[in-house]
Amino acid sequence: MSDITLSLAKIVGENYVSSGEEELYFYARDPGLMPAHKPDYVIMPKTAEEVQKIVRLAGKEKIPLVPMGAGMALTGLIIPLKGGIIVDMKRMNKILEVNEKARYVIVEGGTSHGLLKSYLEKNYPRLRHSIPDSPATATIAANVMIHGQGRLTQQYGFNSDMVTGLEVVLPSGEICKIGSCSISPDWFSKGAPLPDLSGLFLGWFGSTGIITKVALKLYPRKRMRDVEIFITDREDLIPDIIYEITHTEMVEDINIFAQPLPMIFKDNHHITIFLTGDTDEELEFKRKMIWDALDGFIKSKDGGFMSVPPVMKPTLLDMPQKSVCRFADVKKGGGFEYSGPIILVEKYPECSRKLMELASKYDLAYSAMARIIGRGHCMMFGFSFTFNRADPDMMERVRKALHEVSEYALSAGGVFWKPTVDEQRMAIERMDPNTRNLMKMIKNNLDPNGIMNPGNWEVN
Amino acid sequence: MYTLKFDANLCKICPTCDCLVLCQYMDLDIDKAKEEIMKISEGEDSFVLQDCVTCYGCEEYCKRGNHPFYLITERRQQKGILTSPRAITKQWINIGEPRGKYRLGEIKEKILSFGFMPEFLQLVKGRLFDDVMPSYVFGQEFFCNVVYIHFANTSIIKERLPMVIDNFKKLGVQEVVCMHDECFGSFASLAPAYGIEVPFKSIHYFEYLYNRLERLGDEIRPLNIKVAYQRPCSSRLSPDKHHFVADIMKLIGVDLVERRYQGENALCCGGIFGMAFGYELANDVQKRNIDDMVDSGAEYCVFNCPACQSTLAAKVTKKGIKPIHIIDLCRMAIGEK
Ligand SMILES: Cc1cc2nc3c(=O)[nH]c(=O)nc-3n(C[C@H](O)[C@H](O)[C@H](O)COP(=O)(O)OP(=O)(O)OC[C@H]3O[C@@H](n4cnc5c(N)ncnc54)[C@H](O)[C@@H]3O)c2cc1C
Repeated sequence: MSDITLSLAKIVGENYVSSGEEELYFYARDPGLMPAHKPDYVIMPKTAEEVQKIVRLAGKEKIPLVPMGAGMALTGLIIPLKGGIIVDMKRMNKILEVNEKARYVIVEGGTSHGLLKSYLEKNYPRLRHSIPDSPATATIAANVMIHGQGRLTQQYGFNSDMVTGLEVVLPSGEICKIGSCSISPDWFSKGAPLPDLSGLFLGWFGSTGIITKVALKLYPRKRMRDVEIFITDREDLIPDIIYEITHTEMVEDINIFAQPLPMIFKDNHHITIFLTGDTDEELEFKRKMIWDALDGFIKSKDGGFMSVPPVMKPTLLDMPQKSVCRFADVKKGGGFEYSGPIILVEKYPECSRKLMELASKYDLAYSAMARIIGRGHCMMFGFSFTFNRADPDMMERVRKALHEVSEYALSAGGVFWKPTVDEQRMAIERMDPNTRNLMKMIKNNLDPNGIMNPGNWEVN
Repeated sequence: MYTLKFDANLCKICPTCDCLVLCQYMDLDIDKAKEEIMKISEGEDSFVLQDCVTCYGCEEYCKRGNHPFYLITERRQQKGILTSPRAITKQWINIGEPRGKYRLGEIKEKILSFGFMPEFLQLVKGRLFDDVMPSYVFGQEFFCNVVYIHFANTSIIKERLPMVIDNFKKLGVQEVVCMHDECFGSFASLAPAYGIEVPFKSIHYFEYLYNRLERLGDEIRPLNIKVAYQRPCSSRLSPDKHHFVADIMKLIGVDLVERRYQGENALCCGGIFGMAFGYELANDVQKRNIDDMVDSGAEYCVFNCPACQSTLAAKVTKKGIKPIHIIDLCRMAIGEK
């Protein structure tokens, strides 16, 4: 064992550190398209104190540190671009507290969405959180770190907007509390009425600190959920349709998808509308409001509600929705990646046309999938392609298509979501210079040695 | 190209004009009805072309062998009058496109046609089907396409139906038991109306069920339950087979309740109405229909069409009525369920 491995083993115990080839191979890659790069060590801490010690050791030895959740972000954010230590957070998976009346939960930095979902269903059946459609192992801390979106994003904004407090190990090794919990025992706000310091961490991909605790807003869980799908063959009408639906304030989540296969989905854009209620009457009232809001489109024959047979509903109502994973294997060989800029809903028609143009140019299987954010303030538009990992040519074509998407997204006024390092570079170049300087000041002050997830948000 | 055989003279001298007078969704007296059907047959505009909700009822109301609904559909397509939103129409047409993914059982001279309704792959089981199964076909290649009359599109039917018939022919089958009214209606009503030849005998599955039950007579245990029957739109294409519902119920000891909305007066499940026309119509029709089932004291709602069942099952259940397909009901009567 090397000295570093020994030192790491002293912190977490021998079983939870490795520099073995198998682990290094595995931790060198994610399921996306970014080239692999091996770490030198992998470690799995159990407590915030252990994380502190790891960070201090790395700081002393100037070894890069890459915090990792489930590694599902797909854009290479956990690939150790400069080697170093992968800090796999999965053992820090405790649900520490639920405040039922104030509707928030405090979890450790490696707790998964799946765990929280089942915990709430069992213990607090009237509460829920905004679950994303990523595999259930995806972690909450990482999801808010990348400003993820979930089932309640249409109503309440990005999942990171739902954070009510953080505990972070700074690159210096200090533990820092962010939000009301810095003064009070209660974790009800990540900022207000204090200066909101959560922005020093959220969105930074672990390059300013490691989250060891996160508190998250919970929301009422209604007894029933249902789904309707409104379809149109005119992409230019999508923004207006979304405007009408969101105006009703009756819906939970709104997703849009368009894809050429299976045939039932060909030629149309599908707006999946989720609604919830405690009683049949509540559900029916909401349904009627939504149908009425779109009646003009039905009458003009520009769109209509497709029949959603009972057999189709469980798939649609599943949380997370596994159909996304099924799309990932359309070409067999399990390759799937999407570029999902956050962009105005009015850009849907343009994005959709661009996706089809690229799919045809590079001969790729595609799917457009959008999620409405905060009642239509913006959306995540996913330009997604599926590919066969055993087909390098197809992978190269996907890479090229995604590169074009990146350029297009910026030119259309979009902002990259969970950008690859290349996209981060493009964003930094385009950014207002004063904003860039502010980011530089923050990064240099918090992480003067540049050891935290290096390669990401390299403002220097 | 196949053209509809429609005899306008029959309408001219029709003493009742029931096709439009009996319509449950439009209000026309006999004079207005005559005026409008004549306009339609002469290719002129008529509000009927806008307002018809595609319940297929007029195909049954007309007792003179004309095809008022096919005519309305032809004219709508000629004039570009859409019934459903374009997206819905496209979706349905895309779904029905042959993709070479059909399924064949062990084909004999007599087969069951499941059309393109996967529900039958589950429903069709047991002794009722012993003498034909596993001789069956399923898939778009055997899908009659008649549903597109809901979508004012006869050209797709004229294009695909002859190919479908040809696919049956290539199998060398003599008798096709149609598990869905639309399938039966396509061979027994629509194809002859357009002069499309059908080189095999088509049998309505009600007739088949009735005959099978008769043969299984000893095994029938009367069910002694009260049921309401949900009549599908497509059964209007073969009204002469409708009597089998009552006949079958009698055979299995089921009380088919008297309702306001039965027989010619039956109401649609509303599935197509919702897609094509929106909430008000679908909701109104479904509410009246289900309230009527409740008022008539039905314990079960018996479905013939799986699509009606998928549309209404949850709604009738909420009103305390059990949804069941007629095949399952018959299987219950012979102790299989
Ligand atoms: C099929 C599929 C569907 C998806 N659907 C969605 C969706 O609906 N919504 C959505 O938001 N996302 C979705 N995603 C993307 C992604 O999986 C999720 O956002 C997921 O929550 C990321 O969590 P993770 O644990 O996998 O993150 P990781 O990939 O492990 O990490 C992401 C980033 O966070 C950093 N990080 C991880 N843990 C910490 C920590 N404790 N402290 C500091 N930094 C940390 C990492 O260094 C990295 O930069 C989907 C992905 C797939 C494969």
